[in-house]
Amino acid sequence: MKGRSAAVAALIFFAGYAALFIAPDESTMHEIQRVFYFHLASWMAMFTALSLAFVANVAWLVTRKPHWDWLGVSCVEVGVVSCTAGLITGVLWGRPAWGIWWTWDARLTTAFILWILYICYLLLRGLIEEPQRRASLSAIFGVFAFLDAPLVYASNRLWRTQHPAPVIFGGENSGLDPTMGKVLVVCIVAVMAMMVLVLIDRYRLERMRHDLDELRLSVDARGVASNTVLTKGLP
Amino acid sequence: MTTARAAAIVLTKELRMEFRARELLSTTVVFALVIVVLFSFAFDPTAGESRRYGPGLLWIAFLFAGSLMLNPSFAREQANQTLDALRMAPVSPFAILLGKMLANFIFMAVSEAILVPVFAVLYNISIGGIVGRLALVLALGTVGLVVAGTVFSAIAAHARMRELLLPLLLLPILAPLLIAAVEATASLFAEQPALDRAWLAFLAGFDIVFLTASWLLCDFLLEE
Repeated sequence: MKGRSAAVAALIFFAGYAALFIAPDESTMHEIQRVFYFHLASWMAMFTALSLAFVANVAWLVTRKPHWDWLGVSCVEVGVVSCTAGLITGVLWGRPAWGIWWTWDARLTTAFILWILYICYLLLRGLIEEPQRRASLSAIFGVFAFLDAPLVYASNRLWRTQHPAPVIFGGENSGLDPTMGKVLVVCIVAVMAMMVLVLIDRYRLERMRHDLDELRLSVDARGVASNTVLTKGLP
Repeated sequence: MTTARAAAIVLTKELRMEFRARELLSTTVVFALVIVVLFSFAFDPTAGESRRYGPGLLWIAFLFAGSLMLNPSFAREQANQTLDALRMAPVSPFAILLGKMLANFIFMAVSEAILVPVFAVLYNISIGGIVGRLALVLALGTVGLVVAGTVFSAIAAHARMRELLLPLLLLPILAPLLIAAVEATASLFAEQPALDRAWLAFLAGFDIVFLTASWLLCDFLLEE
């Protein structure tokens, strides 16, 4: 575990170094464009984590295997953290690039609403006591939240939009400088690796919590049983 | 028993309860009215301004009122474990959900029918020529509101702080519905009223997605 953490930490440091010093200067935005490498990587991490959360939510509802519930909540937590990173880097980038911190564009709004929705998912989990019910109800909410994302995007798209269209896979003159492309790949790999590492740890934590709850319940049950024996023994 | 018949029975029960207690409708209407009045202090409602802010204000009032009104839908079944009794009936869980959705739709529709004329008077918007089209927009928007709201009411009923939780779960999910409903209403309130078909289609799409999802998920929603 420690070896893996160290490897991911080294990768993240290298990615940060590459984004700051190796990647070439961008022609119009210059230094501030360097935030882009982590901005895009955060969004990809968020998208992966939340899609996985949706799969886990549906799988829990269908199979009732507790590990899907653990995976679901772990993915949502990691997704919310990645979303926060994406929002913060986006705001930092938006101010110099667009002249404003924030705009209610389709992608920004969708990201913001998703962030709120999945924070609500975590709040909901905290407010339901019974584990089985908590898993089911939060999974249902998770499915609705995931279905809502394309609707939020479409409604804002119809309404107003400012975020640039993707330049990487666009037409002839779009595209990245080859070095930029390599740095981007390094950053995406590094952020994804960190996400997976945190996800695995979070999943283990959830499993431990579950085991602890089981142990507590069995101790309680035994306590009740011995109490009954005692009362029965009395004249 | 068919789902439709079972849903009709649940609907009748909900309506009868409301008819006897008369607490839900009156509080909802007054609450929405309070929001509309408060907004008139926050924004100066001259004719031009109210065309700009009016539709948004109207829908915010409906969404807030709805998120409060939908709370008791499942919460009051908790008090005497009547939801367990409902579930024991040999009907599909969707029938229970559908009955409640229909009842909530009627409550919301009645509140809107009372509020819209009051709103039109207070904000100087003439709705004489657009009643039919406005009713269509209101109906499509309200279906989405009550479908999502009834499902989330069932979710929140099992949680602590459910009165606070329902608006928290419901309002962000309804963001696309709010945009579409406000835009569709705004094009009706304009100088040259027109029915915006793109937004109407969007509203209908929202309703269909959420209704289908709640139909697929209702077994898990109402399980013991």
